[in-house]
Amino acid sequence: MKRRKFIGMLAGAGACLAASSASAGGTHHFTGYPESFGVLFDSTKCIGCRKCEAACNKVNELPAPSVPFDDLTVMDKRRRTHHDTYTVVNKYQIGDKPVYRKQQCNHCLEPACASACFVGAFVKDKTGAVSHDESKCVGCRYCMIACPFEVPAYEYHDPITPRVRKCTMCQPRIEEGKLPGCVEECPKGALIFARREDLLNIARERIRKHPGIYVNHIYGEREMGGTSWMYISGVRFEQIGMREDLGITPAPQFTSGALSVVPAIVGLWPVLLTGAYALTKRREKIAEEEQHHAVAEAVAQAQEEAAKKAKAAMDKAERDKQAAIDREVKKALKEAEEARLKAEAPAEPGEQ
Amino acid sequence: MSDHTTPNKTFWTTANIITAVILVIGLILTVKRFTMGLGSVTNLSDDNPWGIWIGFDLLCGVALAAGGYTTSAAVYLFGMKKYHSAVRPAITTAFLGYSFVVFALLYDLGRYYRLPYPLTIFPGPTSFLFEVGLCVALYLTVLAIEFSPALWETLRWKKLRFWAHSLTLVLTIFGVVLSTLHQSSLGGLYLIAPSKLHPLWYSPYLAMFFFISSIPAGLSMVIFEGRLSHKYLHHKMDQTHIDEAPGVALGFSKAAAVVLFAYFTLKWIGVALDNNWHHLATGWGAWFLVEMFGFVLLPCLMYAVAAREKNLNMAFYASVVAVLGIILNRLNISLVAFNWQLPAEARYLPSWEEIMITVFIVTLEITVLRICLNKLPILHEHPEFKGAH
Repeated sequence: MKRRKFIGMLAGAGACLAASSASAGGTHHFTGYPESFGVLFDSTKCIGCRKCEAACNKVNELPAPSVPFDDLTVMDKRRRTHHDTYTVVNKYQIGDKPVYRKQQCNHCLEPACASACFVGAFVKDKTGAVSHDESKCVGCRYCMIACPFEVPAYEYHDPITPRVRKCTMCQPRIEEGKLPGCVEECPKGALIFARREDLLNIARERIRKHPGIYVNHIYGEREMGGTSWMYISGVRFEQIGMREDLGITPAPQFTSGALSVVPAIVGLWPVLLTGAYALTKRREKIAEEEQHHAVAEAVAQAQEEAAKKAKAAMDKAERDKQAAIDREVKKALKEAEEARLKAEAPAEPGEQ
Repeated sequence: MSDHTTPNKTFWTTANIITAVILVIGLILTVKRFTMGLGSVTNLSDDNPWGIWIGFDLLCGVALAAGGYTTSAAVYLFGMKKYHSAVRPAITTAFLGYSFVVFALLYDLGRYYRLPYPLTIFPGPTSFLFEVGLCVALYLTVLAIEFSPALWETLRWKKLRFWAHSLTLVLTIFGVVLSTLHQSSLGGLYLIAPSKLHPLWYSPYLAMFFFISSIPAGLSMVIFEGRLSHKYLHHKMDQTHIDEAPGVALGFSKAAAVVLFAYFTLKWIGVALDNNWHHLATGWGAWFLVEMFGFVLLPCLMYAVAAREKNLNMAFYASVVAVLGIILNRLNISLVAFNWQLPAEARYLPSWEEIMITVFIVTLEITVLRICLNKLPILHEHPEFKGAH
């Protein structure tokens, strides 16, 4: 009963894992929610004013930064997102002119963080936003390992309720019909908020119209399976700190193959191992039987030999006995003959 | 077994003093960690969310506790009864190993009190970490039952002891299934981040590499610990253990040599498959070659020589190199070759407090292991349960 229950539990676990990876097979291909929103960042228009950073800080009610937002010297160093900074603008000196690039969560169509999270705290919403539910989070930080864009950040200073923090695409504001904070504040129109499909058309149109200004690449159209936040630029993206070697495979596909082996192991290993056990048992049994057999044979042989020996001894004894009898008989006859002769001999002269 | 301590022998031996100092420092840092947060004791950052508590405590801890499933599978499933006396020490080490892996995890998890969430109310089955958690939790239960007869014998709770013992076969099979799954899924954890792990260490076969290498890791730990207990706990061993020990070491050496060679070959197939040969000419390549030849092929050959020439010293040295090799491999994947493209100033180096807490946890584990080996019928059979296996 207990064993069966345990086997059931394990099978359930296997099925659970199997179900998640089953969708990796076949021809199913997820291209994002059809009406979902996104943002297009045009680095040729960005002037590095950090107004988006300030707006983000304000709408998300984040703590005030140690260096005020109008201080542009912070951009001399490589910066990344932090628990109190959902977005940063970095400056790259390309030739004699600076090029700016805004960083925040790219809201992947098939997010690595959501695939990696072992409590399912990340959800890709139909608005396009990837949101994080801190009420589920255990704080393992595997999402931060998984994210190819190095976006999620952690409250390492909090001993009791540390949270994973990242850009929410201002999902609550979108649902209220407002623009994301950063988009609303951008004075140069470097950020456009629209449906992802429309953004792709806008981007293509700009590249087509101004081939001298833009490189022919919409970053995020296909990277890691596509993202909701996309970029166009006048310089190669790797020059402004964006990796061009990420490939176009959605993150969940890196693990689905290996995960799909799980049910096979759960199903096959017990059978094979029980088989190995049975073979071992059988081998032991045969060895035991053979030993038994050999012993019995040896005993029988010994017994037979002993019987033979005994019989030979008996026969010999019989023969000896017979010989002795014969000898005795012969001896007795001889003695009788001698006695008779003796008796006859003296009598003869006496009678004459 | 009689206790050999004499009354005038003090408890405060050098080893015990060092242990006590480490435990005190560890406790102070534990208080700091749980009152002031991860950031107060670790060098973890947003770029480097996992440090040595995952790279060493979790990855190496689990790999080096693989002796439990390898030994019990050899004895109970593959009929190698001559290694029977190695089962209990191996199960004990594995049980303590896994217990302390979970204990160490509580330090690393931001909200450690939610540890049961993934297994109960919020399962996230697309994650390799979910598989790790599920299998480690189940396997820890299996190990607890497998370990329990030593306890029941000491307490003379015969019914429980025979009940636990009657499950041996089923538990052994479960143990192998669960170990296969979570040993491999620890490697699987890194499959999702091909852009962060150096190509020489990243491979679609990471999960398989972790599983295969866990076998020599477990065998090596049995040889290594067998030698140490032979040296320091000889008086706790009964004649069976003393007689069987050389056979265990040599038999396991042979097995480890074979599996290490298979692993060595598979790793090169991994390099060939992704056509990563050109990386070998770089500094990373040199480091990879050090790992492959110095810490996989070398112990493999040492084990082969040990098994062939029945050289117990060689088997012991081979086990040391092999164990170091496993640690090197796990640290390379989790720390050294992870985030290899980040600029030097953004790379991770553990803080002294992180190292100290790891030392604290290892010391705690060794202390508990010493107590178990001294007080429980592990290296010897309980007189009332002789031959009852």
